[in-house]
Amino acid sequence: MPILGIKSLAYKAGNKNILEGFSLTVDPAEVHAVLGTNGTGKSTLAYLIMGCEGYRPLSGEIVFDGKVINDLKVHERATLGITMAWQEPVRFEGISVRDYLALKNRGTDPSQYLEMVGLSPEMYLGRMVDKCLSGGERKRIELASVLALHPKLAILDEPDSGIDMLSTQDIVNVISAFKKNGSSVLLITHREEIVLIADRASQICNGRIVCSGNPEKVAEYYKSRKCFVCDGEVCAYV
Amino acid sequence: MSELDALLKAFGEAGGDKGALASEDTAHLVASGHKLLSMKSVEGLEVDTHETLSGISAKVTVKEDVKMKNPVHLCFGVLHKKGTQKIKMDVKLEKNSSAHFIAHCVFPNAQKVRHIMDAVVEIGEGAEMRYSETHYHGPYGGIEVVPKAVVRIAQNGRYFADFTLIDGRVGALDIDYAVEAGENAVTELTARVFGHANDEIKIKESVVLAGENARGLIKTRVALEDESSAEVTGITEGNAAGARGHVDCMEIVKDKAVAKAIPIVNVTNPLAKVTHEAAIGSVDKRQMETLMAHGLTPEEAVDVIVKGILK
Repeated sequence: MPILGIKSLAYKAGNKNILEGFSLTVDPAEVHAVLGTNGTGKSTLAYLIMGCEGYRPLSGEIVFDGKVINDLKVHERATLGITMAWQEPVRFEGISVRDYLALKNRGTDPSQYLEMVGLSPEMYLGRMVDKCLSGGERKRIELASVLALHPKLAILDEPDSGIDMLSTQDIVNVISAFKKNGSSVLLITHREEIVLIADRASQICNGRIVCSGNPEKVAEYYKSRKCFVCDGEVCAYV
Repeated sequence: MSELDALLKAFGEAGGDKGALASEDTAHLVASGHKLLSMKSVEGLEVDTHETLSGISAKVTVKEDVKMKNPVHLCFGVLHKKGTQKIKMDVKLEKNSSAHFIAHCVFPNAQKVRHIMDAVVEIGEGAEMRYSETHYHGPYGGIEVVPKAVVRIAQNGRYFADFTLIDGRVGALDIDYAVEAGENAVTELTARVFGHANDEIKIKESVVLAGENARGLIKTRVALEDESSAEVTGITEGNAAGARGHVDCMEIVKDKAVAKAIPIVNVTNPLAKVTHEAAIGSVDKRQMETLMAHGLTPEEAVDVIVKGILK
């Protein structure tokens, strides 16, 4: 049984269809990459799964660990074992990295999670999760905090994007750490080379899955610019 | 229990270091209402105090070149439900001296209490003073606190002050601090207050950067809930070449609370630069969702965010 099952999901923003008849599964301990260009609905998918405010499906089901979670709030989904690393993590004044990594595990040593994302505990544990961190540092700390939760499903929204983007090797290391934890990962990206580190991949275009299966095959399809949904117009930006 | 023991108990509960008051090499001054209960001075520090009709008057001088090893502990309070305490402080740090003053003002049973602080502080050339003031006003909100300070910092002097009132009720608070910074002087004023019920908070802090290359920062963090209100005025004047100032005010409001921020920036020298930022609003939605995605309930998430900004 998949840990996550999305069945015929539909979501609109205003009059615009963002997701339509969208279905996808993630198996236990699987890394499933969702590949697509900007504006194709990748982050919306992440917010719908996490249950963010304003993101409720028009129709369809989100099933996690055998339970329909459409009406659950963010923290209720987190309690079930879903968590997320945002594309642009927010800053927090007055919260140290040490406390941030141990929000739900007070008293534990979070050093190992910083090491997993390539940051030195000595240098970072005492720092604040505020404006003094660069975008790349903040992103790594967010990934470390998600690792520290040992989630059943981690949604990683474009960990490879932004000015201080993480390298492919960084992402490989983080994914390995999640796998070692036994977590499933929904990896959202617009870079085809990142897809290759997944167990399975799906390409999204205009809110629909256009290609799914072997990551190499999906990456090739993505590069071919022959998407049947947009006829290459959206995917042509690849 | 003696009045001193009772005040020290409240002092300890408010985060004060009772051990420091017993230490031989640490100066302190403890006053309840208009009674001076305990005092200790150390070498290099001159303290002249006397009781007045409604409070305490103290003249404190740190002698030239003296670097105080341990902080000077001040504990003021009123233990009764009703009462008035007026504190008059004249603090002088002579040339190249340095000292850290830690003040605890405790009013754990206040139902109709008035606490007035009137301070004049002179920071000599090259001297440095740190002043950390923590208040605890108890659970009733029956208190009016009016701290006023006028601070003058001479050339190359440094003055850092922080005011914290985040546990218990506030009552009515009316802070008025004015700092004038001379050439190459540095000052930072920080205030953190958490208002509940019908607490009324007024904070007015003013920094005049009078000397060349003087630097000043006013940082205010206020959280409000229920029907509390706050008005925060941060004034910075840049009057000399190379002066740099910044006013940074953040207020978080919940429920029916009302917040107002008035940053005033006045620059009279074209080579001075003063900036300001003020943010008032409810708890940030993205911060909330991030913490909730970590498994915190909405209430826990708000608590973490508010405690963070007041830290």
